[in-house]
Amino acid sequence: MVLVRVRVEQTPLPGIGVRHDLVTSSGRTVGVVSHRNGRRDLVLYDVDDPDSCLASIPLTDDEAEALADVLGASLMLGQLAGLRQQAAGLLTEQIALPAGSPFVGRQLGDTRARTRTSASIVAVLRDREVIPSPGPSFRFEANDVVVAVGTRHGLDGVTAILAGDTDG
Amino acid sequence: MHDTTVLLIEFGALLFGLGMLGRVGRRFGLSPIPLYLLAGLAFGQGGLVQLSASNDFTAIGAQIGVILLLVMLGLEYSADELVGNLRSAAPAGIIDMLLNTVPGALFALLLGWDAKAALVLAGITWVSSSGVIAKVLGDLGRLGNRETPVILSVLVIEDLAMAFYLPIVTAVLAGVGLLGGLSTLGVAVVTVVAVLVVAIRYGGPISRFMSVKDPEALLLSVFGLTLFVAGVAAELKVSEAVGAFLVGIALSGPVAHHATQMLSPLRDLFAAVFFVFFGLSTDPADMPPVLLPALGLAVLTMLTKVATGYLAARRSGIALPGRLRTGFALTPRGEFSVVIAGLAVVSGVDPQLAPLATAYVLITVISGPVLARLPDYSWFKNLLRRRMAAQRSTA
Repeated sequence: MVLVRVRVEQTPLPGIGVRHDLVTSSGRTVGVVSHRNGRRDLVLYDVDDPDSCLASIPLTDDEAEALADVLGASLMLGQLAGLRQQAAGLLTEQIALPAGSPFVGRQLGDTRARTRTSASIVAVLRDREVIPSPGPSFRFEANDVVVAVGTRHGLDGVTAILAGDTDG
Repeated sequence: MHDTTVLLIEFGALLFGLGMLGRVGRRFGLSPIPLYLLAGLAFGQGGLVQLSASNDFTAIGAQIGVILLLVMLGLEYSADELVGNLRSAAPAGIIDMLLNTVPGALFALLLGWDAKAALVLAGITWVSSSGVIAKVLGDLGRLGNRETPVILSVLVIEDLAMAFYLPIVTAVLAGVGLLGGLSTLGVAVVTVVAVLVVAIRYGGPISRFMSVKDPEALLLSVFGLTLFVAGVAAELKVSEAVGAFLVGIALSGPVAHHATQMLSPLRDLFAAVFFVFFGLSTDPADMPPVLLPALGLAVLTMLTKVATGYLAARRSGIALPGRLRTGFALTPRGEFSVVIAGLAVVSGVDPQLAPLATAYVLITVISGPVLARLPDYSWFKNLLRRRMAAQRSTA
């Protein structure tokens, strides 16, 4: 799976607030109208008439936050929880990329981590953002935190590879 | 009875009645503006009941109402928004001005009125009601629509244009002549630009000077500053409304947010008084002769507004249904038209102007929101779909 950057468009609504919207890969447009007084509306656009919205759903602060949680981070957590239930021997671990790691600025595929350790890198945490399912062409940066799933032995192997302790 | 007691009884009964009217109106999804105007007509000179003792009081209340309407409008927009919007939406604003002022002016000349009255009527037909339209867009769940920024930017430009139009009208009505009018326009332009620049550069420090922590002090200082600046502006013949508008723009951030919350109830109260007062100054007996002209003018200028919206939305790449939604949404005229007509009434232009303006605003503000709903009906959508399909097959 290749990481797709989604384009979110921002439109000011003078006197009201701001609107963000994005077009999904299935061709639908979803938007959020943020009112200046803190109210937020989730809006879904009409397929026939893409300028108008079919539904505009007001969300309170708590509801918006809950929805964002459900849509965002839990994608990865759900996968991890599923894995944990399936196989008792599997562990997940967050491994910080050491500052002196040879892989800073290099691609994930270069680590050959899965081939060498049978542990998988399922996500990368960067600047408090979750990047789920990074592809082989994903490029590491300093201070990345890698989330890996595997056996104890495999995870230790990934840690060693990222630290540059093993020869490539 | 003592005068003050009569005033209390009259004013109290009036406000109570307005409250009840507003409640009935809300049940039918009607803006309270037409109801307040009708109430004013009923209680004014030649109306059902005459309110006499509270007249002076209502007059002052009405003036504060205008000032509060304008300061709240200014608070809604930040200076950045006004200037940023100006670049992208200026062509739409010019189309809007040409299409909607010209019919008003020509209509006045056709009725045999003088140039002053033509200038006033041009303004009345020009400005859509941002209050009513914002409410309608919210009620119809259209705030997320892609044509909504187009509608809002037209409204913003109109409101900003008022900062230049009102001083001109004030000067011309005061009888200062063309040269005097130009000099006031000069003062207005310099003031408005200066305030915008100061607000963009130093809006933060000015707003920080007013403490948000003490609501009471904030209310008094913002309200006081607004009245003070409005008074100074009136003294400079730039119109108190413009002064108030500029105070609203100059304030930003948390101060603007809190001030909006605190001034809203005051605005609602005094704006109601203002609309009633305007109705009060119109004799219902003057209405019937101007009803037909008002209807003609309303139909004409609502068509030109639809055209304005259509063209403005087309510029932004909106499809046919969205263009029509933009046009219909822009049709209601409201508070500004009444403010402009109010200026004219005070200075005694053609006596038919006030009843015509009242009838005109009543017609557009009642039918406008109904028209705005039109593009949402399925028969209208089907009609459009057939039109678009036919166009595609011929193309």
